[in-house]
Amino acid sequence: MNTKKDIKTLIVKKPLKLDCGKTIKDFPIAYETYGSLNSKKDNAILVFHALTGDQFVTGINPVTNKEGWWSYAVGPDKAIDTNKYFVICSNVIGGCMGSYGPSHKDNYQKIFGTNFPVITINDMVNAQYNLLDHFGIDKLFSITGGSMGGMQVLQFISNFPDKSKTVIPIATTSSHSAQNIAFNELGRQAITADSNWKDGNYTSNETNPRKGLAVARMAAHITYLSKKGLQEKFGRKLQEREDLKFGFDADFQIESYLRYQGSVFVDRFDANSYLYITRAMDYFDLAKQFKGNLSEAFINTKAKFFIISFTSDWLYPTQENKDIVIALNSIGADVGFAEIESDKGHDSFLLDIPDFLSALKNFLDKSYEEN
Amino acid sequence: MKNEFQVIANLIEKDKKVLDVGCADGTLMKFLKDNKNINIRGLEISKEKVQECIAKGLTVIEGNAEKDLKQFPDKSFDYVVLSQTLQAFLNPELVLDELLRVGKKAIVTVPNFGYWKVRFHLLLKGTMPITKTLPDEWYNTPNLHMCTIKDFFYFVKSKDIKIFKSLALNNLNSSIINESNLGFKNLFADLGIFLIEK
Repeated sequence: MNTKKDIKTLIVKKPLKLDCGKTIKDFPIAYETYGSLNSKKDNAILVFHALTGDQFVTGINPVTNKEGWWSYAVGPDKAIDTNKYFVICSNVIGGCMGSYGPSHKDNYQKIFGTNFPVITINDMVNAQYNLLDHFGIDKLFSITGGSMGGMQVLQFISNFPDKSKTVIPIATTSSHSAQNIAFNELGRQAITADSNWKDGNYTSNETNPRKGLAVARMAAHITYLSKKGLQEKFGRKLQEREDLKFGFDADFQIESYLRYQGSVFVDRFDANSYLYITRAMDYFDLAKQFKGNLSEAFINTKAKFFIISFTSDWLYPTQENKDIVIALNSIGADVGFAEIESDKGHDSFLLDIPDFLSALKNFLDKSYEEN
Repeated sequence: MKNEFQVIANLIEKDKKVLDVGCADGTLMKFLKDNKNINIRGLEISKEKVQECIAKGLTVIEGNAEKDLKQFPDKSFDYVVLSQTLQAFLNPELVLDELLRVGKKAIVTVPNFGYWKVRFHLLLKGTMPITKTLPDEWYNTPNLHMCTIKDFFYFVKSKDIKIFKSLALNNLNSSIINESNLGFKNLFADLGIFLIEK
């Protein structure tokens, strides 16, 4: 679906046993890096992307020709300063920007589609761990990410407790709520209800379930914003018309905006990947992996945590982020927490929110000075 | 750094684990971290102050002492510090109990409503006292439960809380408070500093 000539790939030879029971090997992980690794190899930050993100964190994404998803936060002199730090980000397995996923072919040269194994957040981080060996990094300086990226951060430090000095989960949760699962299911149903989906066996860009995927994106996009933010930006403003047209065309700007968001999304994202990744998020329940005690997930790490939430985020609200803080405090872990004021909803972590970006920068830079 | 913090810092030995409840901009935390190698955490309700602590490289948790102390395990800190905020809580008794549960010891400071300037202000002017340690008007003060050094002294005793050290602070001078000079100190100190344990 995309031109993939600009994608760097690591082929993981080592077999990886997935949570579903299947084992994969010789599979590709697509990654990108920014800044340079110093001689002590102590300045690496592993960034994990969210549901629809990819390895192209900042600058122009060579495949979509759009700005990277975290351009506000990552780059020279930015919060995650690439003059100082070596930033690594890879496409999650199950994704569609070069890492092993449902649009890849099986041993018989047939596109996997829904024959691709169901993957979990745990599988994603275990796959990405191979990047440390690839770069010869013994210990990362930091791991960070928002939303599903934050889930990977939590899972990573739980799996590899001494592999990062600092840990920054942002706008995330340790367990997908019923509401989270419900919204994801809505998206999946939109995709599978599209007659072009064909049980996942669509084969070309022209015949893929564009409409279903667009609706999934539209529904999800609403959950990334806040009511106040939407009201302030769109209100009841009409779309290039003086009055209501008494039809079902996009009368309101918000309708037009959502339709646009849906249409640009289908050009860059694979419908089956959307199914797989949302499933991985729904299956995420870190406490359950430790018999219901979230603290146990972090009992072996000495890393310094900094957890960030946003006031208007109702998808992964402050309380769910605070639950992680509470679990860490109850075992005496080194944890800081800040709730950032913003009316931009869950999307805040991707936007230019000065208090957020300065907190992120200060935490990283001060922690690095103490190294 | 204000004199109160200097006195608090002198009560804490090196290399201890300390929680500063209501740590504000982190001045005391930074001093303890830099000068006494203290493993220091802060709890602060103001978003602005939280940002200032982060900018100083301090570990701070945004939160409210009345709700958020319960997440810390029993005796998980060597010292818990509460500077001049006990009187601002809805339920100071509950907060005090929590401080002593979380900390092996607690250091609590209280602005003294028995200070002679406070008494004179009320006596002579007939309006709510305003002093250096009590700078707000009655209608915008955060203080809900003002007390005197004497009040706090007897309150703590009635709860079977052990007082290790109690100090009266007046400008730059700190002096020991004991049962025999309590009335005098209650008149001439504008701040009481108590090191306690339960």
